Amino acid sequence: MDEPFFRLWSYLSAHPLGALTATLLAYAAASWLWERSGRSAFCNPVFIAIIALSAGLYASQTPYSRYFEGAQFIHVLLGPATVALAAPLYRALREIRALALPVLGVLGLGAVIASGLALSLAALAGADATTLASIAPKPATSPVAMGVSEKLGGLPSLTAAVVVTTGVVGGARGGLVLDLARVRDDRARGFAIGLCSHGIGAAQAFRRSERAGAFASLAFALNAAATALIVPVLWLAYAP
Amino acid sequence: MIRALALLLGLQLIGEAAAAALDLPLPGPVLGMLALFAILAATGGPGRELDGTAQGFLDNLGLLFVPAGVGVTLHLSLLAEAWLAFFLAIVVATLLSIVLTAWLFDGLSRLAGPQPQDQPSDHGGGRRDG
Repeated sequence: MDEPFFRLWSYLSAHPLGALTATLLAYAAASWLWERSGRSAFCNPVFIAIIALSAGLYASQTPYSRYFEGAQFIHVLLGPATVALAAPLYRALREIRALALPVLGVLGLGAVIASGLALSLAALAGADATTLASIAPKPATSPVAMGVSEKLGGLPSLTAAVVVTTGVVGGARGGLVLDLARVRDDRARGFAIGLCSHGIGAAQAFRRSERAGAFASLAFALNAAATALIVPVLWLAYAP
Repeated sequence: MIRALALLLGLQLIGEAAAAALDLPLPGPVLGMLALFAILAATGGPGRELDGTAQGFLDNLGLLFVPAGVGVTLHLSLLAEAWLAFFLAIVVATLLSIVLTAWLFDGLSRLAGPQPQDQPSDHGGGRRDG
């Protein structure tokens, strides 16, 4: 390799700005691709950006710890962003005051089903405690799920990837299974997709109708709180 | 924006401190979220400044967990080893819980009384792009 280029490369890869810029560029490019694809769930920008950056680290033999030295400046904003989820949660609870009881009932049971089913199936397949703890909070949005996972002894970065993939699966194929299950009420469809596959699923629900999207966003905001409260209790049943 | 940011970070800090001091199983930022929710319920909703800052975070929420998501590269051997567990939890459990939750919603909303009528085009006619 020629010398000036090599020096520039080692400077950039050692400097936090390189990883920071690469993360923003990857996300911007992935967002562009998502729009171009007509917002297909498989082209979800978070999903694509993670794959592209992982491939980049692998190709350039950059250790994750060095990448994270730069990317941590984005990561640290997850905390205040999680606190900010109180705003949509507040709006959601105001909107459902009229039908609060059935909705809260579905929320509580749905949160137990979504997490309990994932836990049980993974346990059946012989997953160890660390894997189970990383999977348990997966219906919640990433920042909440990662915090819960860490508390239960899981691996937050594994949880982030599991949560994103869950969103892609629910967003891409949720509509199909709901057709098979003959669910026609857009409120039920949206609520179920938002509860089980958070914001990524909710973005897809908007493609069916405003109504499905609104109920998906509602369920997504409610379940961020419900999963955080219910999963630690549910976990006691599995605690080794 | 500065005051809203200070409030969000301050509540996260209080949440982290409370979780550590009381040894709670909840993450600090989630406690901060519940605290902010209590404040909003008591004061009748977010002011414009807080609403704008919160929306800014939420609009770009996806970007914020990309750095953590890339950390999956640290766990590729675990993924390869327990691939069946991950497949069942991510694909089968997600789709199955979507169906069960939707049925539950249908059932409970029927129990809760007469269906509110679908309002076809009260506000703007809806979307025609399917």
